[in-house]
Amino acid sequence: MVQLTLPKNSKIRTGKTWPKPEGATDLKRFDIYRWNPDDGENPRVDTYFVDLDACGPMMLDALIKIKNEIDPTLAFRRSCREGICGSCSMNIDGVNVLACIYGIDEVKGDVKIYPLPHMPVVKDLIPDLTHFYAQHEYVSPWLETKSNTPQGEWRQSIDDRKKLDGLYECIMCACCSTACPSYWWNQDKFLGPAALLHAYRWIVDSRDEATGERLDDLEDPFKLYRCHTIMNCARTCPKGLNPAEAIMEIKKLMVERAV
Amino acid sequence: MADVNRGDRPLSPHLQIYRPQLNSMTSILTRITGNALVVGGLLVTWWFLAAAAGPEAFATADGVLTSWFGDLVMVLSLWALWYHTLAGLRHLFWDTGRGFSLDLVSKLGWGVIGGSVVLTVLTVLIV
Repeated sequence: MVQLTLPKNSKIRTGKTWPKPEGATDLKRFDIYRWNPDDGENPRVDTYFVDLDACGPMMLDALIKIKNEIDPTLAFRRSCREGICGSCSMNIDGVNVLACIYGIDEVKGDVKIYPLPHMPVVKDLIPDLTHFYAQHEYVSPWLETKSNTPQGEWRQSIDDRKKLDGLYECIMCACCSTACPSYWWNQDKFLGPAALLHAYRWIVDSRDEATGERLDDLEDPFKLYRCHTIMNCARTCPKGLNPAEAIMEIKKLMVERAV
Repeated sequence: MADVNRGDRPLSPHLQIYRPQLNSMTSILTRITGNALVVGGLLVTWWFLAAAAGPEAFATADGVLTSWFGDLVMVLSLWALWYHTLAGLRHLFWDTGRGFSLDLVSKLGWGVIGGSVVLTVLTVLIV
């Protein structure tokens, strides 16, 4: 259901301003969302100052510096630091990005950092992605076959393989789904851009033999058709993919098999 | 499935923090103009009904609808009609599977906004 405001327990309080590092000449201000599951209080936004002369170039560098040198209680996910693991997805300066490949200099003025939008928060910048992963599993993201298993590999022509470009690169960071207003209001029933992009990746795979069943599963007023081509997904994808286009291809297949 | 809200977890902010962008704003405007046109349509219906009901009723309706406020509402409705029409054409184009590159989405977005303003001005000048 559409709920434009935040529930009572989610309203954001004014937080703490941490002291500026001494002797710094190039300070950048970071306003970061904090929520501690153990103190029973509402979320707040804390303010930190980072000396850019002594910090790496990326947003993740600044977060790690804050955690190491100012406030070790700040919690966020990170791993590969090169945009391939999808762990450090978060909302920076109003859009969903991977902190590790988003430059500090890409934001003019103060940097505002929040967890991915409209998700239950585990702690600070860490959202609970359980439901998001369950939606991925729902589309059976694996090869389904009915033919006898071949002696060697499941072969595919070069042209058919090319159809998977722009789809297989998805790293499941959840930037797209949590940028989608339809997903905000209906994430209990609408699968969201990430899961649907994966659905199409298997629908269009020439080796897959469950195309009909896959389309049957999506034939529903919500799972697929809550996409209204708002395009926030494609606009925000840190890998440059286009879930909205993949969703439209599924809709076209639905029409083609019905007429 | 796991309980995703154990421990009274807060909901992370969404509309409050997400940056308005051309693609999302042109999208929500399509819906807003569509709903607003229901009101505009009702006003025009009232005008016709009043004309059928008699001279006094028509004088009241005509007085309201041709006042400066009535004119303003009607011009805005006219713009809403053009905007909703052009945005609808953009949706039809998308429905063919084309026009999904971010570059083209922006151009079509500005096209819908600019086109609706130009067509509104032309309609006012001609009619």
